[in-house]
Amino acid sequence: MQHYGILIDTTLCIGCYACEEACADRWGFPKTDVHELSSTKNTTVLTVNDAYVPRMCMHCDVPTCASVCPVGALEKTDEGPVTYDVSKCIGCRYCMQACPFDVPKYQWNSANPKVSKCDMCHDRIVAGKKPACVEACPAEARVFGTLEELKQIAEKRFAENPANYFPQIYGIKEAGGTSILYLASKPFAEIGLKGNLPDHPLPSLTWAVMSKIPNYVFWGGTLLGGIYWITNRRKEVRDLEAKLEQMENTNPSRRISNHEQEN
Amino acid sequence: MTSLLKTPLGKIHRMTFWTAVFWIIMALGLTATVIRFTQGLGAATNLSDKFPWGFWIGFDVLCGVGLAAGGFVVAAAVYIFHLDYYKPILRPAVLTAFLGYVLVVVALLFDLGRPWQIWHPLIMWNPHSVMFEVAWCVMFYTTVLALEFSPIVFERFKLEKPQKILHAIIVPLVILGVILSSLHQSSLGSLYLIVPEKVYPLWYSSNLPYLFFLTAIAVGPAMVTIESFLSSRTFRREIELPILSKLGKVTAVALSVYLVLKIEDVVNDHLWSYVFTFNLEGLLYWAEIILGAVVPIILLSYKKTNRSKKGLFYSALFVVLGFILNRMNLSVTSIEHYTGAHYFPSWMEISITLMIVALGFAGFRLAVKYLPVFPKEKEANEPLSKTFDVVEFIGDKHEHTTVLN
Ligand code: SF4
Ligand code: SF4
Repeated sequence: MQHYGILIDTTLCIGCYACEEACADRWGFPKTDVHELSSTKNTTVLTVNDAYVPRMCMHCDVPTCASVCPVGALEKTDEGPVTYDVSKCIGCRYCMQACPFDVPKYQWNSANPKVSKCDMCHDRIVAGKKPACVEACPAEARVFGTLEELKQIAEKRFAENPANYFPQIYGIKEAGGTSILYLASKPFAEIGLKGNLPDHPLPSLTWAVMSKIPNYVFWGGTLLGGIYWITNRRKEVRDLEAKLEQMENTNPSRRISNHEQEN
Repeated sequence: MTSLLKTPLGKIHRMTFWTAVFWIIMALGLTATVIRFTQGLGAATNLSDKFPWGFWIGFDVLCGVGLAAGGFVVAAAVYIFHLDYYKPILRPAVLTAFLGYVLVVVALLFDLGRPWQIWHPLIMWNPHSVMFEVAWCVMFYTTVLALEFSPIVFERFKLEKPQKILHAIIVPLVILGVILSSLHQSSLGSLYLIVPEKVYPLWYSSNLPYLFFLTAIAVGPAMVTIESFLSSRTFRREIELPILSKLGKVTAVALSVYLVLKIEDVVNDHLWSYVFTFNLEGLLYWAEIILGAVVPIILLSYKKTNRSKKGLFYSALFVVLGFILNRMNLSVTSIEHYTGAHYFPSWMEISITLMIVALGFAGFRLAVKYLPVFPKEKEANEPLSKTFDVVEFIGDKHEHTTVLN
């Protein structure tokens, strides 16, 4: 199945915050003037170097958050969104620690806390609708579609208005690719998008180690068993020798009689 | 003997002082516990979205698990390598490890946002997650430690049948324990493999799992050493110096290999500029390397210091402090640098940790009092054994009694 995604064109965003409000409505969050991601704000519009930069979960192709979650509470769905299931979550917050985009937020002041992040309105997508923020955007700064469609739209915008764009799409290769793609008028680092991410999915760094574990268990077990066997033999021999010596020392007469018998 | 000079009254005062400290810690800890579980993590801790892992993960878990490594190192030495001279420290080491792991789990119950779901990894699997693997290893290894420790309980209550069963399975059990330990000791380092851009370069390394494993091997025996000195003061039972000298050598070897890997990182990852930038991170890095590795290696390699009580004690202390510094540097200093946010634990985080540690001490004390944890040979020792009997009954006032004896 082709993954859906959202193309965010920062050159078109007018900073009206309609997306923030639509998102708050969908989640039942309060509407505030504090424009940063939090446990009550799953999408926001930042102002970075005079550019409006909508931010939200990137819905990575190989999500770091889903890879680190010990109980699989986070999941990359077939449709593309990365979703969170609170009924599984143990609250270890490894997802927050590991997400390369620092997206997941926590309900710190609840005794029954949840992780909070955008789910690209998974339920709406399944029902054939667009995400709420896309629907609310009056400026076509957020476009919904399959990743193929989005790339074509981006190329088209580059071709029509080359002067307006820095001719690259952010999210094609970052951390192995994401379902949220960005266009900008200047290099992405200048609008606060992280530039130092590898092109491969981050989970491969841990998998390189994790995949060795079964081997390690097998060979480690064999090796330890072998060492035990050898040192045990040695010990038995040592003990036996000690015993013999003791017998010889305490009972020299027996030794003589043994000799005599042999003779 | 200075203790003879002190009046019994002075002794009692000292005991009441420590008892008072214990109860103050408990009171603060319990208050913080109530706040933590009624108002959430935010009310009790200085954690935030920018700093999701703090003191409880950095100290209680990363350090706690490492400091309890003596259990598997000594068990492997005795059961698998048949190094019989380590036998006298087997029980105290296994006891400390067991208590250590129980405390780590207790700390996790505080740190997890939804602790009542802590058992979820049992049925909800994600084999890609390092945390999942750590959860399984810790769960299993705590069980293994309980079994390794159980013969002491059986011996106390003269239960022969279970004693026999355990005797029969102890070797596979210890092998399992060693595998589980080496897995999760190293995996605690692997937790940070996935955030290469967040960890400060001096602490990031593709060798993180090996570095964690080696430091655990180094710090385990060091903890056993410290513990032996402390218990010899408190319980009047001690472990012979030659054993501790040998343990010191284990530490020295592990730390040497560790140092080589650290140097390799600097060379391979071209970290020279970071090493010689004397910012906060650079200074902490040097403190950690010199105090936690170089100094103890030197102390433990010289015959003179490796064979003296003082030399052994101080080198063990350096190893432990260096170890704690290393874990805190990775989990706090280096992440602080990335997020730009400052983090220092709140009084509640600290007092809950203190409470957990205090409970550990109390548990150790009780176990030593009622179970045959320390070697029998010593108890057979005439003048000492008399004191023991009294100690066992009078408990807290035993120092006083010892003086009378
Ligand atoms: S941006 Fe972070 S939270 Fe969103 S899918 Fe990627 S890793 Fe997960
Ligand atoms: S906090 Fe919850 S969702 Fe995040 S990694 Fe831990 S268990 Fe998974």
